Amino acid sequence: MSSVADKQTTPSSLLDRSDVRVTHASGLVETVNAFKDRVRSGDLGSLPVIVGLVLIWSIFTIINPVFLSANNLVNLLFDCSTVGIIALGIVCVLMLGEIDLSVGSMSGVGSALLGVLWVKQGLPVPLAIGISLCAGALTGLCYAYMRTRFGMPSFVSTLAGLLALLGFQLFLLGSTGSINLPYGSSMVSFGQLLIIPTWLSYVLALVPGLVMMVMGIRVRQKRMAVRLSAKSMTTVLVKPLLLTVLLVVVVGYLNQSRGVPWMFGVFVTLVLGLNYALTKTRWGRCMFAVGGNAEAARRAGINVKRIYVSAFVLCSTLATLGGVFAASRLASASQQAGTADVNLNAIAAAVIGGTSLFGGRGSAWSALLGIIVIQSIANGLTLLNLPSAHRYMITGAVLAIAVIVDSLARQSRLSHGKA
Amino acid sequence: MVTQEASPLAARQPLLSLRKVSKHFGAVAALTEIDLDVYPGEVVALVGDNGAGKSTLVKTIAGAHRPSAGDILFAGQPVEMNGPSDALELGIATVFQDLALCENLDVVANIFLGQELSPFHLNEIDMEVTAWTLLNELAARIPNVRDVVASLSGGQRQTVAIARSLLLNPKIIMLDEPTAALGVAQTAEVLNLVERLKDRGLGVIMISHNMQDVRAVADRIAVLRLGRNNGVFTVDATNEELIGAITGATDNAVSRREKRLADTKQVAGNSQ
Repeated sequence: MSSVADKQTTPSSLLDRSDVRVTHASGLVETVNAFKDRVRSGDLGSLPVIVGLVLIWSIFTIINPVFLSANNLVNLLFDCSTVGIIALGIVCVLMLGEIDLSVGSMSGVGSALLGVLWVKQGLPVPLAIGISLCAGALTGLCYAYMRTRFGMPSFVSTLAGLLALLGFQLFLLGSTGSINLPYGSSMVSFGQLLIIPTWLSYVLALVPGLVMMVMGIRVRQKRMAVRLSAKSMTTVLVKPLLLTVLLVVVVGYLNQSRGVPWMFGVFVTLVLGLNYALTKTRWGRCMFAVGGNAEAARRAGINVKRIYVSAFVLCSTLATLGGVFAASRLASASQQAGTADVNLNAIAAAVIGGTSLFGGRGSAWSALLGIIVIQSIANGLTLLNLPSAHRYMITGAVLAIAVIVDSLARQSRLSHGKA
Repeated sequence: MVTQEASPLAARQPLLSLRKVSKHFGAVAALTEIDLDVYPGEVVALVGDNGAGKSTLVKTIAGAHRPSAGDILFAGQPVEMNGPSDALELGIATVFQDLALCENLDVVANIFLGQELSPFHLNEIDMEVTAWTLLNELAARIPNVRDVVASLSGGQRQTVAIARSLLLNPKIIMLDEPTAALGVAQTAEVLNLVERLKDRGLGVIMISHNMQDVRAVADRIAVLRLGRNNGVFTVDATNEELIGAITGATDNAVSRREKRLADTKQVAGNSQ
């Protein structure tokens, strides 16, 4: 239907199709072919992580079919949300080519503050969470100040922060070392039980596809109105349809067991929010620009310092939020919170998901995809009764593979002139 | 496109005038009593040896340096510039030698960097249309404005940098070594571009070490030497005159080399 409409407008009349040397994809088949070409030239996007995920899930399912059971997947989603939110913050700093090594300790401080303020001091939950988040924001502000005022590499400043925050966490928790959150409280049920109602989960599964379709059609009409090339109607319709089918199937499957956790819903909402901010706002554009070439960004009139502040503050704040969620998931704020592998899992998730360590490349989705990979490995190995020693080694190997794929794709992009 | 009516230079008012502009860095006098006029629709080439003060002058006009003494007049009015943004507001755009583009962003994003339309919901469509309009006015050959800048050639990047400087409708555009890193074809493209800017009625200040490029597009050639004016030439000036002005002597490395070559030829001729 649409391909006819496309052919009616001769290519030369379009503003962006005057160069005859370039081939453009307009129809569905051509779009698929263009995608293949892109992948071949090393512009992989989220493809490696999706392939990896399919591989990991297949292996675990073959070894132990329980892995793919709806009940286990619901648990997986609960576990993803806490570290996933921390990984989301990591995406922000990686985007600038910076790093925050203290997110683990920061999340520990977040959970400790919640425990102390809410359980011990009796403050209302929202206030306790608010103070936790403020502590995170303040820490991020310190890192940004050290980076912009003294030119201190974030690697060092956050390493120092890691120790300082760990000390602060132990100081807060005192001699008892652990504060239990009361069972039956709203926080604990949020972390362990609360599920999006079945009807609402189906409605929410329909929303992304609908929004995508409406936006696609509107963009198409606007582009045609100003003589720019537009995607064919088929392409505009097929993608949202596939997405909707996928989401409904997934939600339906999860609803066979308990359903979609609210906690995961909050996580996905944050991912969507950050994705919008990074791709559709001036702030996001500035993040990419500063990550790609800070000097060019400065000369273009961008306030580079403010961008650094925003990224570090966002990262530390999201880390504390992750810590608060982790406390509600475990029903306790302990000395162990945020230690061990939280730090590296969060960073690994962002990298595995496809955010470059070198800055200027990445997306909010990488936190979601990456954390699902990492938690799948952890979850699958736990089902196999393997000790954590094996889990660490396998996660390390997967991280190495992810970085190798990223480096190879980078080389391929360079040789195809698409760096 | 704006085309300026042809009128004798003297009858028109210069867009930009520098009157006895000096710039000192401590004890070092980088610029001493520089005079320079740029008229609309005119290309002024700024030449001089390394350390002659070209970059300091460009930075002074771009608002990055404040002159220690002297006046800068824009359209006849004396102006005070306290930073690059003041110069931009007046309508003085600068394309730096390193172009300052973000390679990871596409052409549209680079052209609109820092000037994006509707900051809370980027208006990609209008930005793309404006980008195409700017590039088409420059007769630029960019295959796709949604390609990242990393995939463009040197000449195409130069075009993108110039298109970006045109976004705010400047009256004067300064190009710092626009052909330095370019091949033959790309250099020709950039020179065409400079001519088109001139046809649009912009005043162009072009810095270059390449006399051939300078002669190809410039209306006047202003020579700087050791931070002072050392003559303004027309393109009819001979190479000897220009090189003499640049190096400060008729007896210089270039002339000695030419003399030596001529001598060896003569000797070879005599021996036959």
